[in-house]
Amino acid sequence: MNTNTTTFALPARVLHWLMAVLIVAMLFIGVGMVSSVSERHAWLLAIHKPLGIAILVLAVVRLAVRWRNPPPPLPADLPALQKLAAHASHWLLYALMLAMPLIGWAMLSAGGYPVMLGDSLRLPAIFPASPVAFAVLRHLHGWLAALLYLTFLAHMGAALYHGLIRRDGVLSSMDGRRAATAILPETVDAARETGDAEPGDPA
Amino acid sequence: MQKPAVPQPHSSRAASWVLIAAVLALAVAAIGCVGGWLAPHRLTPQKLVDQFQRNAGTFPGYRRNHAKGVCVEGYFDSNGNAQAYSAAQVFAPGRTPVVGRFALPGSNPYAPDSSVPIRSLALRFTQANGQQWRTGMNSMTVFPVATPQAFFAQLQAQQPDPATGKPDPAKLAAFFAAHPETAAFRAWAKTAKPSASYATERYDGLNAFFFVDAHGQRHAVRWHVVPEATKADSDAARAGDTDYLAADLARRLQQAPLRWHLLVTLAEAGDPTNDATKTWPDDRRSIDAGTLVIESTTPQDSGPCRDVNYDPLVLPDGIEASDDPLLPARSAAYADSYLRRTSEEAHLPGTAAMDAKARGEAR
Repeated sequence: MNTNTTTFALPARVLHWLMAVLIVAMLFIGVGMVSSVSERHAWLLAIHKPLGIAILVLAVVRLAVRWRNPPPPLPADLPALQKLAAHASHWLLYALMLAMPLIGWAMLSAGGYPVMLGDSLRLPAIFPASPVAFAVLRHLHGWLAALLYLTFLAHMGAALYHGLIRRDGVLSSMDGRRAATAILPETVDAARETGDAEPGDPA
Repeated sequence: MQKPAVPQPHSSRAASWVLIAAVLALAVAAIGCVGGWLAPHRLTPQKLVDQFQRNAGTFPGYRRNHAKGVCVEGYFDSNGNAQAYSAAQVFAPGRTPVVGRFALPGSNPYAPDSSVPIRSLALRFTQANGQQWRTGMNSMTVFPVATPQAFFAQLQAQQPDPATGKPDPAKLAAFFAAHPETAAFRAWAKTAKPSASYATERYDGLNAFFFVDAHGQRHAVRWHVVPEATKADSDAARAGDTDYLAADLARRLQQAPLRWHLLVTLAEAGDPTNDATKTWPDDRRSIDAGTLVIESTTPQDSGPCRDVNYDPLVLPDGIEASDDPLLPARSAAYADSYLRRTSEEAHLPGTAAMDAKARGEAR
């Protein structure tokens, strides 16, 4: 039977897939808008800023959910190096999904731009106006975006490796195929404490 | 997870690896496609700015176009007349501070003032609610071309021939022949003379925008400013003086502030909003929205306009971009120019080093 420690909590899974779509879309929007002089430049930029702030808010919510619902452990037989890579890449993803919107916001502040999320909603500046800071932050925004995309590729490649080749339940812990019921944090904690988790059927 | 791994049989493992590699390759190709790495002919902001540098050289720390100029400060006194058409705070009766910049088109910050007959005025209005309106205007009534692609072709045609140091007349002729929409601008340029003063010029926004009123109704508009000063000081442009515009402006401002009226022209049905080569008929209604008052000027190396990107798509609530294709291109190219000059300012690796002269002026 399915047990709660083999899957991520429902809010964690919903946030994961929602943010996956938003972050990947965001990277494509960013790359598209800086390489275009067409009307695409303007409308992609108009989406980029509010979407970035939405990702920042969701990342904070997600970390809170993760703190409340610890993720299932990796397979015990996973080589130590792969475990390390898994943990490091996850924390890198969390760091980047928090840092990218903040850097973008600080960069616009440093460039003296009003940070407009729409026609009339304006965020305050979070960095003093400075052309030097603008240039550094703008380049950082681009390089970290490339790093985020590479980390996403590694993450997706690893997920497929777990799902198709190792078939060790890591992919199904996030895709929700084995989660018949919504998981409450309390039951996760209870299951964790009793340690009575059982493997489910291979997805 | 206590679940033991159930590895795939060897036979289908290879297929799985191929599938994973294919998915990753597809993801790389997709972002490359969006980024234009697989479309080398796409016009990018970087290509536009590179062409400016190819035509006139690279002057580190300076704007890649309209490089020579001066900062000005003042305010806009709105009379409330445009309020019925735009809900922007700047049009409510009252005063909005302005940081502006007078400049010459072209990428050379040392170009003689008489080298081009065009002068420009860029303005940044900072509303009390923190929203901004930035606009860049020029002392002509039409733009030579209607699209970024045509503008790029024009820049390419203007690139100096290495043999002569001047644009190839045959290439220019071929460009104009292929772009009949340049006729109105060329007719204007034939009679245009470099003015002896920034103060006596009319500056035209050229691109159309939409004003949005309090009821959400959109009104297609263009704007320009007309000077109260009309008498150019003939002594200013005396022979041999290449920097008379900044001196004339400073001299006038020592006497009194300079004033322009902001005129907003309302389109009627059928007037093009996407073609800056075409003026609207003369009988279109214009509203005098208020007075632009310029009180002081400072050199651009130390003035408050230095670090401002006069991106025409920085707009307050109540003003929106039209479908003019030049607007996003200006916004994108200005952003690239701004990144280049601020990167040079920051001495980031890989940026052109600012020479002693440029550094001295930029500080």
